Amino acid sequence: MDEPLTIRGTSLVPGTADGLALASDVPISFWGGVDPDRGTVIDQRHPWVGERISGRVLVLPQGRGSCSASGVFLESVANGVGPSAVVVSSPDPVIGLGAVLVDELLGRQVPVVLVAEADRIRIRTGQRVAVEPDGTLTVGPPARDVAGSG
Amino acid sequence: MRILTRVAPFYGATSLIPVTRAHIDGIVLEGNAGLAFAERLANLGARVRVPTSLNVGSLDRSDWQRHGMDPDYADRAYRLGQAYVRMGAVPSFTCVPYQVLDPPAFGEQIAWSESNAVAYANSVLGARTNRYGDYLDVCCAIAGRAPAAGLHLDEPRLATLRIDIGPLPPGLAERSDFWPVLGYLVGTLAGDRVPVVTGLEDAPRPDDDALKAMTAASATSGAVALLHVVGHTPEAPTLAAALGGRRPAETRSVSLRDLRDARAELSSADPDSPLDLVAFGSPHCSLRECRTLAGLMSGRRAATGVDVYVTTSRAVRELLARDGTLATLEAFGATVTADTCIVVAPLVRPGVRTLMTNSAKYAHYGPGILNVGAIFGSTEACVESAVAGRVVLEEGPWTSR
Repeated sequence: MDEPLTIRGTSLVPGTADGLALASDVPISFWGGVDPDRGTVIDQRHPWVGERISGRVLVLPQGRGSCSASGVFLESVANGVGPSAVVVSSPDPVIGLGAVLVDELLGRQVPVVLVAEADRIRIRTGQRVAVEPDGTLTVGPPARDVAGSG
Repeated sequence: MRILTRVAPFYGATSLIPVTRAHIDGIVLEGNAGLAFAERLANLGARVRVPTSLNVGSLDRSDWQRHGMDPDYADRAYRLGQAYVRMGAVPSFTCVPYQVLDPPAFGEQIAWSESNAVAYANSVLGARTNRYGDYLDVCCAIAGRAPAAGLHLDEPRLATLRIDIGPLPPGLAERSDFWPVLGYLVGTLAGDRVPVVTGLEDAPRPDDDALKAMTAASATSGAVALLHVVGHTPEAPTLAAALGGRRPAETRSVSLRDLRDARAELSSADPDSPLDLVAFGSPHCSLRECRTLAGLMSGRRAATGVDVYVTTSRAVRELLARDGTLATLEAFGATVTADTCIVVAPLVRPGVRTLMTNSAKYAHYGPGILNVGAIFGSTEACVESAVAGRVVLEEGPWTSR
């Protein structure tokens, strides 16, 4: 049970990252859903409302809503409060675009990995997720000192 | 071009196709990185290669002082718009380019951004675009090209999900709050799939504004870029046409109760809360919608303490000013803004706690962006509530058994 789980995904935007998972089955729109200055979720209909995305590995089916999501994604990373990686189970062009913009305009990397739906739902909030440039995820047990925290 | 070629594979594209026009959404001021990008492009001498319209921006460019906006914010919002104007884009500043400028033709290949405009162009006009996010939109406009994939092609435009609407009480589909509620539910069920709605073949033909409210709502609760409604949208004369003769991968039945639940989800506030704000115009109100509002507001006045916003395009506000409609709306107590709206610019005064609106998009995004509770209601109920100074809901056939 404490053995790390390896998931082979497809790297949409390559990079290396490490962080605690924030997982949901509900898609999110970054625009209108995330405050790019503070990195907090403001969508009051989303289960993550009030959570900080900063440094987290976001795990969700796909994005939704506004085309401005890529702009908000870029600004959140520029402000130092963006996620460390995103794992999706449907290839979301707007989230992928956000990560490409981060690379091209800021010279920084926020990897985006596409995984099978069945693999996505195995990742739980609070687990440590390491992302390799080839899209391999290593999912560890919840870190004890942060288990259950937001 | 490098951004474009790096992003193209996300859509499954291996090449690019020419487009005839573009619509740029990246002019809402989200922060300094986007402003720096747009100004860098403009300073490098980038020019759009195809006719390009601009989306709603973060200030009313003729009237921002009146809204008590921070001058530094207004300056940056103005500069962002100007960067795109310098690249040759048309300063339309509206989220409904399809109602303000000449709409794209059936089958026309375009590169549009703004979720509601994408959904409307594909679904109602039969033009062809994917959802192009902020800053990819301008890349497409400069290149005059888009990834040759997704909704630009024939096969991905076919529906894979059928949503079958059960019997509805008489009069429901004629109400101003029916189509946005339907869209909101369709978006929740469809996610990023292409749905086809059946069961409304005998409903009276919804006008452009009703279809606009539906597609905007579906692109809010979901990632819908194209939906079909059999009998009402151009690529769905029949169910078989919308499905391309195939069987749907999934069929969902929707009852009145499901629609009622979707409608309830759009309201987050207690209807007994004091009403502070009533807003119309997401997407931007058309000339017809403004005239409908004027008909409801004429000779009446909003209660003290209730702010009323009508958000529209510059072009429509000019027409309203000339035919007297603007005076009617303002006599009611409405603030009619152009170029912007209440969720992309700091217009709403602090202290506003409860918003009522006929827009599913305002009702969805308002709570998060404005930190308010939302009440969704019909256009008529919104006007009555503004006059009464409290939420007045008119349920009509929604409560039928």
